[in-house]
Amino acid sequence: MQITVNGTPREVREKTLAAILEECGFSGRVATAVNEDFVPVSARGDRVLKDGDRLEVLGAMQGG
Amino acid sequence: MRAFYGTTLANPLMLGTAQYPSPSILEAAFRESGAAVATVSLRREGADGAGQAFWAMIRDLGVHVLPNTAGCHTVKEAVTTAHMAREVFETPWIKLELIGHTDSLQPDVFQLVEAAKILSDEGFQVFPYTTDDLIVGERLLAAGCEVLMPWGAPIGSGRGLANPYALRAMRAEFPDTPLVVDAGIGLPSHAAQAMELGYDAVLLNTAVAKAGDPVAMARAMMQAVQAGHLAHAADPMEARDMAEPSTPVVGKAFLS
Repeated sequence: MQITVNGTPREVREKTLAAILEECGFSGRVATAVNEDFVPVSARGDRVLKDGDRLEVLGAMQGG
Repeated sequence: MRAFYGTTLANPLMLGTAQYPSPSILEAAFRESGAAVATVSLRREGADGAGQAFWAMIRDLGVHVLPNTAGCHTVKEAVTTAHMAREVFETPWIKLELIGHTDSLQPDVFQLVEAAKILSDEGFQVFPYTTDDLIVGERLLAAGCEVLMPWGAPIGSGRGLANPYALRAMRAEFPDTPLVVDAGIGLPSHAAQAMELGYDAVLLNTAVAKAGDPVAMARAMMQAVQAGHLAHAADPMEARDMAEPSTPVVGKAFLS
Protein backbone atom coordinates (compact mmCIF):
# COMPACT_ATOMS: atom_id res chain seq x y z
CA MET A 1 0.00 0.00 0.00
CA GLN A 2 1.04 3.58 -0.39
CA ILE A 3 1.22 5.90 2.61
CA THR A 4 2.86 9.27 3.22
CA VAL A 5 5.84 9.27 5.58
CA ASN A 6 6.91 12.71 6.79
CA GLY A 7 5.31 14.26 3.73
CA THR A 8 6.83 11.90 1.16
CA PRO A 9 4.73 9.21 -0.57
CA ARG A 10 6.08 5.76 0.04
CA GLU A 11 5.19 2.15 -0.79
CA VAL A 12 5.24 -0.16 2.23
CA ARG A 13 4.73 -3.93 2.61
CA GLU A 14 4.02 -4.02 6.34
CA LYS A 15 0.64 -3.28 7.92
CA THR A 16 1.20 -2.28 11.54
CA LEU A 17 2.79 0.98 12.59
CA ALA A 18 5.52 -0.81 14.55
CA ALA A 19 6.51 -2.91 11.53
CA ILE A 20 6.28 0.01 9.10
CA LEU A 21 8.67 2.06 11.24
CA GLU A 22 11.17 -0.78 11.10
CA GLU A 23 10.67 -1.23 7.37
CA CYS A 24 11.35 2.48 6.82
CA GLY A 25 14.55 2.32 8.83
CA PHE A 26 13.52 4.32 11.88
CA SER A 27 15.20 3.29 15.08
CA GLY A 28 15.82 4.87 18.45
CA ARG A 29 13.54 7.32 20.12
CA VAL A 30 10.84 8.73 17.86
CA ALA A 31 7.22 9.78 18.37
CA THR A 32 4.49 9.04 15.84
CA ALA A 33 1.22 10.49 14.62
CA VAL A 34 -1.15 8.98 12.05
CA ASN A 35 -3.49 11.33 10.20
CA GLU A 36 -2.56 14.09 12.66
CA ASP A 37 -3.41 12.01 15.75
CA PHE A 38 -0.73 10.95 18.24
CA VAL A 39 -0.11 7.20 18.44
CA PRO A 40 1.86 6.26 21.57
CA VAL A 41 4.60 3.63 21.54
CA SER A 42 2.36 1.21 23.42
CA ALA A 43 -0.24 1.28 20.61
CA ARG A 44 2.11 0.89 17.62
CA GLY A 45 1.98 -2.91 17.52
CA ASP A 46 -1.82 -2.97 17.18
CA ARG A 47 -2.26 0.06 15.00
CA VAL A 48 -2.89 -1.02 11.39
CA LEU A 49 -2.39 1.55 8.67
CA LYS A 50 -4.38 1.71 5.47
CA ASP A 51 -3.71 2.99 1.99
CA GLY A 52 -3.41 6.78 1.91
CA ASP A 53 -2.66 7.25 5.62
CA ARG A 54 -0.36 10.06 6.62
CA LEU A 55 2.40 9.08 9.04
CA GLU A 56 4.54 11.62 10.91
CA VAL A 57 7.71 10.41 12.63
CA LEU A 58 9.35 13.00 14.87
CA GLY A 59 12.64 13.01 16.71
CA ALA A 60 14.56 15.33 19.00
CA MET A 61 15.69 18.58 17.48
CA GLN A 62 17.30 21.86 18.51
CA GLY A 63 14.83 24.42 19.81
CA GLY A 64 14.48 27.73 21.58
CA MET B 1 14.17 30.95 44.48
CA ARG B 2 10.62 29.84 43.63
CA ALA B 3 10.42 26.22 42.48
CA PHE B 4 9.22 25.19 39.02
CA TYR B 5 6.64 22.46 39.61
CA GLY B 6 8.62 21.36 42.65
CA THR B 7 12.01 21.60 40.95
CA THR B 8 14.47 24.16 42.30
CA LEU B 9 16.93 25.18 39.62
CA ALA B 10 20.63 25.55 40.37
CA ASN B 11 20.62 28.90 38.57
CA PRO B 12 18.13 31.09 36.71
CA LEU B 13 19.35 30.58 33.12
CA MET B 14 17.25 28.65 30.61
CA LEU B 15 19.13 28.34 27.34
CA GLY B 16 17.88 27.37 23.90
CA THR B 17 19.72 24.85 21.75
CA ALA B 18 18.97 26.19 18.24
CA GLN B 19 21.03 28.14 15.71
CA TYR B 20 24.53 27.47 17.09
CA PRO B 21 27.40 27.37 14.57
CA SER B 22 28.07 23.71 15.46
CA PRO B 23 27.02 21.02 17.94
CA SER B 24 30.36 21.30 19.73
CA ILE B 25 29.88 25.05 20.27
CA LEU B 26 26.39 24.37 21.58
CA GLU B 27 27.79 21.81 24.00
CA ALA B 28 30.57 24.17 25.13
CA ALA B 29 28.08 27.01 25.67
CA PHE B 30 26.16 24.81 28.11
CA ARG B 31 29.20 23.44 29.85
CA GLU B 32 30.90 26.84 30.22
CA SER B 33 27.78 28.69 31.35
CA GLY B 34 26.28 25.95 33.50
CA ALA B 35 22.75 26.84 32.33
CA ALA B 36 20.22 24.82 34.33
CA VAL B 37 17.64 24.21 31.60
CA ALA B 38 17.88 23.39 27.89
CA THR B 39 14.93 24.01 25.59
CA VAL B 40 14.49 21.50 22.77
CA SER B 41 12.02 20.74 20.02
CA LEU B 42 10.68 18.03 17.72
CA ARG B 43 11.00 17.79 13.98
CA ARG B 44 10.56 15.16 11.30
CA GLU B 45 13.17 12.48 11.82
CA GLY B 46 15.18 11.33 8.83
CA ALA B 47 16.38 7.78 8.34
CA ASP B 48 19.86 9.12 9.25
CA GLY B 49 18.74 9.40 12.89
CA ALA B 50 20.00 12.98 13.35
CA GLY B 51 17.63 13.44 16.28
CA GLN B 52 19.14 10.51 18.16
CA ALA B 53 22.64 12.01 18.19
CA PHE B 54 21.31 15.38 19.32
CA TRP B 55 19.26 13.83 22.11
CA ALA B 56 22.25 11.80 23.32
CA MET B 57 24.30 14.99 23.57
CA ILE B 58 21.62 16.88 25.50
CA ARG B 59 21.13 13.97 27.88
CA ASP B 60 24.85 13.92 28.60
CA LEU B 61 24.75 17.59 29.62
CA GLY B 62 22.73 16.58 32.67
CA VAL B 63 20.47 19.64 32.49
CA HIS B 64 16.70 19.88 32.86
CA VAL B 65 15.04 19.52 29.46
CA LEU B 66 12.14 21.76 28.45
CA PRO B 67 10.57 20.70 25.11
CA ASN B 68 8.62 23.34 23.19
CA THR B 69 5.69 23.40 20.80
CA ALA B 70 7.38 25.99 18.59
CA GLY B 71 5.62 26.78 15.34
CA CYS B 72 2.21 25.50 16.43
CA HIS B 73 -0.75 27.65 15.39
CA THR B 74 -3.70 25.60 16.63
CA VAL B 75 -4.71 23.98 19.92
CA LYS B 76 -4.82 20.52 18.34
CA GLU B 77 -1.37 20.90 16.81
CA ALA B 78 0.12 22.08 20.11
CA VAL B 79 -1.56 19.36 22.18
CA THR B 80 -0.45 16.61 19.77
CA THR B 81 3.09 18.01 19.71
CA ALA B 82 3.14 18.06 23.52
CA HIS B 83 2.18 14.39 23.66
CA MET B 84 4.88 13.50 21.17
CA ALA B 85 7.45 15.56 23.09
CA ARG B 86 6.58 13.84 26.35
CA GLU B 87 7.25 10.49 24.76
CA VAL B 88 10.57 11.49 23.17
CA PHE B 89 11.99 13.51 26.06
CA GLU B 90 10.38 11.64 28.97
CA THR B 91 9.35 14.75 30.85
CA PRO B 92 5.98 16.25 31.82
CA TRP B 93 7.45 19.73 31.24
CA ILE B 94 6.25 21.51 28.13
CA LYS B 95 6.98 25.04 26.94
CA LEU B 96 3.62 25.80 25.38
CA GLU B 97 3.90 28.08 22.37
CA LEU B 98 0.84 28.94 20.34
CA ILE B 99 1.78 31.43 17.71
CA GLY B 100 -0.86 33.92 16.66
CA HIS B 101 0.99 36.27 14.36
CA THR B 102 3.58 35.45 11.71
CA ASP B 103 5.69 38.60 11.92
CA SER B 104 5.75 39.24 15.65
CA LEU B 105 5.36 35.58 16.69
CA GLN B 106 3.01 37.00 19.30
CA PRO B 107 1.28 34.27 21.32
CA ASP B 108 -2.37 33.59 20.53
CA VAL B 109 -3.42 33.88 24.15
CA PHE B 110 -6.97 32.62 23.58
CA GLN B 111 -5.80 29.31 22.15
CA LEU B 112 -2.95 29.29 24.68
CA VAL B 113 -5.35 29.22 27.64
CA GLU B 114 -7.42 26.48 25.97
CA ALA B 115 -4.40 24.28 25.26
CA ALA B 116 -2.94 24.92 28.73
CA LYS B 117 -6.16 23.65 30.31
CA ILE B 118 -6.19 20.46 28.21
CA LEU B 119 -2.54 19.70 28.89
CA SER B 120 -2.67 20.54 32.61
CA ASP B 121 -5.65 18.23 33.00
CA GLU B 122 -3.64 15.49 31.27
CA GLY B 123 -0.81 15.82 33.77
CA PHE B 124 1.56 18.05 31.85
CA GLN B 125 3.52 20.74 33.71
CA VAL B 126 2.95 23.66 31.40
CA PHE B 127 5.35 26.59 30.92
CA PRO B 128 3.20 28.94 28.82
CA TYR B 129 4.91 31.43 26.51
CA THR B 130 2.55 34.36 26.95
CA THR B 131 2.27 38.13 26.75
CA ASP B 132 2.58 40.43 29.77
CA ASP B 133 -1.24 40.69 30.07
CA LEU B 134 -2.33 40.22 33.68
CA ILE B 135 -5.76 38.81 32.91
CA VAL B 136 -4.31 36.23 30.56
CA GLY B 137 -1.88 35.34 33.34
CA GLU B 138 -4.78 34.80 35.74
CA ARG B 139 -6.59 32.62 33.19
CA LEU B 140 -3.46 30.52 32.66
CA LEU B 141 -3.13 29.94 36.40
CA ALA B 142 -6.82 29.02 36.59
CA ALA B 143 -6.20 26.57 33.73
CA GLY B 144 -3.63 24.80 35.89
CA CYS B 145 -0.33 26.48 34.99
CA GLU B 146 2.04 27.05 37.90
CA VAL B 147 4.60 29.04 35.89
CA LEU B 148 4.18 32.04 33.57
CA MET B 149 6.62 33.04 30.85
CA PRO B 150 5.84 36.53 29.49
CA TRP B 151 7.75 37.79 26.49
CA GLY B 152 10.33 40.53 26.90
CA ALA B 153 10.16 41.40 23.19
CA PRO B 154 9.41 39.37 20.03
CA ILE B 155 11.34 36.09 19.66
CA GLY B 156 14.76 36.61 18.11
CA SER B 157 14.49 40.41 18.11
CA GLY B 158 17.13 41.05 20.78
CA ARG B 159 15.39 44.27 21.76
CA GLY B 160 15.41 43.66 25.49
CA LEU B 161 12.46 44.35 27.76
CA ALA B 162 10.00 46.31 25.63
CA ASN B 163 7.70 47.05 28.57
CA PRO B 164 9.44 46.85 31.96
CA TYR B 165 6.41 48.51 33.57
CA ALA B 166 4.13 45.64 32.51
CA LEU B 167 6.65 43.04 33.65
CA ARG B 168 6.95 44.78 37.02
CA ALA B 169 3.16 44.80 37.34
CA MET B 170 3.11 41.10 36.56
CA ARG B 171 5.65 40.41 39.29
CA ALA B 172 3.52 42.34 41.77
CA GLU B 173 0.30 40.62 40.65
CA PHE B 174 1.67 37.07 40.95
CA PRO B 175 3.99 37.15 43.99
CA ASP B 176 3.99 33.36 44.49
CA THR B 177 4.21 32.22 40.86
CA PRO B 178 7.57 31.50 39.23
CA LEU B 179 7.94 34.00 36.38
CA VAL B 180 10.34 33.72 33.46
CA VAL B 181 11.10 36.37 30.87
CA ASP B 182 11.08 34.37 27.66
CA ALA B 183 12.23 35.87 24.36
CA GLY B 184 13.57 39.22 23.25
CA ILE B 185 16.77 39.23 25.29
CA GLY B 186 19.73 40.53 23.27
CA LEU B 187 22.31 41.52 25.87
CA PRO B 188 23.36 40.49 29.36
CA SER B 189 22.07 43.85 30.62
CA HIS B 190 18.58 42.88 29.44
CA ALA B 191 18.81 39.59 31.30
CA ALA B 192 20.06 41.33 34.43
CA GLN B 193 17.18 43.82 34.22
CA ALA B 194 14.64 40.98 34.15
CA MET B 195 16.20 39.45 37.24
CA GLU B 196 16.37 42.84 38.99
CA LEU B 197 12.58 43.03 38.54
CA GLY B 198 12.35 39.91 40.67
CA TYR B 199 11.87 37.36 37.91
CA ASP B 200 12.84 33.80 38.66
CA ALA B 201 14.64 32.98 35.43
CA VAL B 202 15.38 34.18 31.92
CA LEU B 203 14.93 32.03 28.81
CA LEU B 204 17.01 33.01 25.80
CA ASN B 205 18.53 31.44 22.71
CA THR B 206 19.40 33.72 19.80
CA ALA B 207 21.41 36.20 21.89
CA VAL B 208 23.89 33.43 22.68
CA ALA B 209 23.68 31.30 19.53
CA LYS B 210 24.11 34.24 17.16
CA ALA B 211 26.86 36.02 19.11
CA GLY B 212 30.29 36.03 17.49
CA ASP B 213 31.51 33.96 20.44
CA PRO B 214 28.51 32.00 21.74
CA VAL B 215 30.48 30.35 24.54
CA ALA B 216 31.67 33.69 25.97
CA MET B 217 28.18 35.16 25.60
CA ALA B 218 26.65 32.19 27.44
CA ARG B 219 29.01 32.85 30.34
CA ALA B 220 28.19 36.57 30.24
CA MET B 221 24.47 35.77 30.39
CA MET B 222 24.99 33.51 33.38
CA GLN B 223 26.91 36.21 35.23
CA ALA B 224 24.20 38.73 34.34
CA VAL B 225 21.28 36.65 35.64
CA GLN B 226 23.17 35.87 38.81
CA ALA B 227 24.06 39.56 39.34
CA GLY B 228 20.44 40.58 38.72
CA HIS B 229 19.16 37.91 41.09
CA LEU B 230 21.56 39.02 43.83
CA ALA B 231 20.68 42.66 43.24
CA HIS B 232 16.96 42.02 43.60
CA ALA B 233 17.53 40.15 46.84
CA ALA B 234 19.74 43.02 48.07
CA ASP B 235 16.80 45.47 47.84
CA PRO B 236 18.09 48.25 45.54
CA MET B 237 17.98 51.93 46.51
CA GLU B 238 15.19 54.16 45.21
CA ALA B 239 16.09 56.32 42.21
CA ARG B 240 15.73 60.08 42.69
CA ASP B 241 15.67 63.06 40.37
CA MET B 242 18.19 65.34 42.13
CA ALA B 243 21.76 64.74 43.27
CA GLU B 244 22.60 63.90 46.83
CA PRO B 245 26.28 63.96 47.81
CA SER B 246 27.58 60.58 48.84
CA THR B 247 30.60 62.15 50.61
CA PRO B 248 29.56 63.64 53.99
CA VAL B 249 29.34 67.44 54.04
CA VAL B 250 29.77 67.69 57.80
CA GLY B 251 33.37 68.49 58.79
CA LYS B 252 34.31 69.81 55.38
CA ALA B 253 37.24 72.31 55.60
CA PHE B 254 36.55 75.99 54.91
CA LEU B 255 39.03 76.78 52.13
CA SER B 256 37.30 79.31 49.86
